[in-house]
Amino acid sequence: MTQVERHAYDVVVVGAGGAGLRAAIEARERGMRTAVICKSLFGKAHTVMAEGGIAASMGNVNSHDNWQVHFRDTMRGGKFLNQWRMAELHAKEAPDRVWELETWGALFDRTADGRISQRNFGGHEYPRLAHVGDRTGLELIRTLQQKIVSLQQEDHAETGDYEARLKVFQECTVTRVLKDDERSEMGAPPDRRSGGKVAGVFGYVRESGRLFVIDAPAVVLATGGIGKSFKVTSNSWEYTGDGHALALLAGAPLINMEFIQFHPTGMVWPPSVKGILVTESVRGDGGVLRNSDGERFMFGYVPDVFKEKYAQSEEEADGWYTDPDNHRRPPELLPRDEVARAINSEVKAGRGTPHGGVYLDVSTRLPAEEIRRRLPSMHHQFKELADVDITAEAMEVGPTCHYMMGGVDVEPDTAAARGVPGLFAAGEVAGGMHGSNRLGGNSLSDLLVFGRRAGLFAAEYAAGLGEQRPAASEEQIDAAAAEALRPFGAEEPAESAESAQEGAAENPYTLHQELQQVMNDLVGIIRRGPEMEQALERLGVLRERSRRVAVEGHRQFNPGWHLAVDLRNMLLVSECVARAALERTESRGGHTRDDHPGMDRDWRKVNLVCELTDEAQGGGADGGKQALIGLRQRPMDPIRADLLALFEREELLKYLTDEELDR
Amino acid sequence: MTHTAHFKVWRGDTDGGDLQDYEVEVNDGEVVLDIIHRLQATQVADLAVRWNCKAGKCGSCSAEVNGRPRLMCMTRMSVFEPDETVTVTPLRTFPVIRDLVTDVSFNYDKARQVPAFVPPKGVPAGEYRMQQVDVERSQEFRKCIECFLCQDTCHVVRDHEENKTSFAGPRFLMRIAELDMHPLDAAADQGLVRSASAQEDHGLGYCNITKCCTEICPEHIQITDNALIPLKERAIDRKYDPLVWLGSKIRRRQD
Ligand code: SF4
Ligand code: SF4
Ligand code: FES
Repeated sequence: MTQVERHAYDVVVVGAGGAGLRAAIEARERGMRTAVICKSLFGKAHTVMAEGGIAASMGNVNSHDNWQVHFRDTMRGGKFLNQWRMAELHAKEAPDRVWELETWGALFDRTADGRISQRNFGGHEYPRLAHVGDRTGLELIRTLQQKIVSLQQEDHAETGDYEARLKVFQECTVTRVLKDDERSEMGAPPDRRSGGKVAGVFGYVRESGRLFVIDAPAVVLATGGIGKSFKVTSNSWEYTGDGHALALLAGAPLINMEFIQFHPTGMVWPPSVKGILVTESVRGDGGVLRNSDGERFMFGYVPDVFKEKYAQSEEEADGWYTDPDNHRRPPELLPRDEVARAINSEVKAGRGTPHGGVYLDVSTRLPAEEIRRRLPSMHHQFKELADVDITAEAMEVGPTCHYMMGGVDVEPDTAAARGVPGLFAAGEVAGGMHGSNRLGGNSLSDLLVFGRRAGLFAAEYAAGLGEQRPAASEEQIDAAAAEALRPFGAEEPAESAESAQEGAAENPYTLHQELQQVMNDLVGIIRRGPEMEQALERLGVLRERSRRVAVEGHRQFNPGWHLAVDLRNMLLVSECVARAALERTESRGGHTRDDHPGMDRDWRKVNLVCELTDEAQGGGADGGKQALIGLRQRPMDPIRADLLALFEREELLKYLTDEELDR
Repeated sequence: MTHTAHFKVWRGDTDGGDLQDYEVEVNDGEVVLDIIHRLQATQVADLAVRWNCKAGKCGSCSAEVNGRPRLMCMTRMSVFEPDETVTVTPLRTFPVIRDLVTDVSFNYDKARQVPAFVPPKGVPAGEYRMQQVDVERSQEFRKCIECFLCQDTCHVVRDHEENKTSFAGPRFLMRIAELDMHPLDAAADQGLVRSASAQEDHGLGYCNITKCCTEICPEHIQITDNALIPLKERAIDRKYDPLVWLGSKIRRRQD
């Protein structure tokens, strides 16, 4: 039996970004003893990076706005692949979620009449984003963090213990969701046997390396995205697809894993800022893209469907900035996927910058004074982070992995993961809400709306179980411990002879870099069938090699070990992405196939579902066998008639098949 | 351009440790955190360091570089001469856990001791009305990324463990100022005078406005001028207002 720290709670929330903290607040307010597991320090979550704002149709700036308009925009943005019920709930509930933040102390920017100000954003018909300058994500996290502290203060006043009902476990990583054995359900009728209910989580404390188990009947996954599987990403180190992998390993399916939002202009140089976003307004204000020959290459990439709307010459394009009525738009302002595709082609054709991007230049376009006035935050960002003066030199930019649309397949109303009772998911780790592409501003509102719902239904579920709590077997805990400690070679099963034959120990940093390169080069922004087949092969090899990952040092705050553990998750998630992307032979939203460039109405009706194969599940936690992903197609629920009625038939015909419309 | 730099990095744990020497590659445009990461990837896989965003937005990567508290992700290598030794040590004010990682729980304890925002009675959600000019003062303080560099640098606690119980530090005194200046905070209705409490319960009196915290703040928040000094003034005003003074004494006796 493994020596582990043991705790017991009613609800465990894995992840302490916007969705996780909102879920925890809700569960605690419903009377549940709640634990939040935070991979970093409390308040450092990736949510702080969000700049734009929170989309909510409060109608403070334009009173025509309402949930129906927001719903429509969201569905269009996702190319109608959205789980429509989630998009509906999201649009309806977002205003209440924003207003409630004010009662917890948030201070948004104001309108002249003292209400919350709202700003315009791509894809939103009206000014809709509640914001605080360009640090809205920080305001959101701080407000939720301070609300948690205030609940703890209430508990302290009542019980003398701040952590009596709500505890934040900082710098802890969960490596397994535990379930009760199916055996314990033997008495139940077969249709009630679900393959094991959630019994808690297993993980380790970064600081000490100690292993722990939290017994809990309800677990909310709120772990964010998967960006760290890619070489160039705007995501932080925590984004290793933990929740995606935990759900898979617990037997829950993932959907829409082929849809990843790449932003066309992330910084590629200097290395310290690789992947960090360069806002679109640089191009809107006159910035142009050039290749290493100094050519303004976008003119060569205007697709036929856009020929009418975009300028054919530099003179014409340059006239647009001052006189948009008599000039066509510069091709730098084509939709994101077009620009990203063009950059990609230039680099592949050998016309890239030394660091694999292209030049984005505003310095020769506007006077220095003007640049400083119009783009203060960009000027500051490049100056402070990169020692680059954008008024004097060009930036190097390239596509960067930004957001994962796919995730845990959840019940729209309850955020419950399908197939695993007691498991819930909210935020970026949940799939469906954004369809094939997310609108800016819809992420923060998503966190709040579904974070609250996940906390609420997790609490109800836990309360409904009464004293009948599922328990994880000792074997399961032992297996999880062995898996977590395997990189030290300490608990190596009888495979040392085998691994000696197979090859030398592997360095987790090297494997991670190779994985990032494979995903970036072969399953990146522009995809081709043969390249993805190659990626799957290489992922298989990496998976084999990852079994031989070894780390030095001891268990106390050892980043090499942490990365070795995270690698399992990144490999699993990468395989999902590659398999789903290979299967979907069309281009839609965050999935662009060079070999299938068109959008296909028949594919709109289909979700691709990723699950662990049976063999992989059998291998389970012993770590001996690596997981393999199975893929199946599943038809989507038809969109409810009153929601369809919000659109013109003309528009729907672009997305839905005739049969669907004539139903 | 690439050169080899000489780094000294403190390595050790609660039982002690010392500076270790490393020769490590430095490329154009890199920051100190990049070099620490290169050391991890190539020489010392278990070197402990905290970081998240690499963009100066999360406040995780605080350490002392050549003795000065800084964010490692915002300290460019180009500020050092190529042959200059760069010394990286953990924050001095907080106990070391391992290598560059310190136990910052002091800050989380202090955060809990500051009473939360009190919503105004009878104003439902959605009905809050505030003017931009009135929220701006508190908004400045809410830019704080909780890097705790100001907490680390303030001389009241930097080498004075004994002051830690009674002094909240600049970050959390500023939090009190933020709530005190919040246009709708209703703490006063519950008998809590935030400025007076900063003085009596959170050690505002220890601060002798040296402004070291302001100088170090990566968000360029005017901690001393805009938060601490006004808070001191309000605390004094309150003290000499006999009614308020009497009120707060009575309240204190009740609880
Ligand atoms: S101004 Fe006050 S709080 Fe800031 S460093 Fe000086 S003594 Fe400390
Ligand atoms: S006030 Fe400034 S220095 Fe202090 S914790 Fe906040 S951001 Fe850091
Ligand atoms: S890593 Fe976030 S501030 Fe340095």
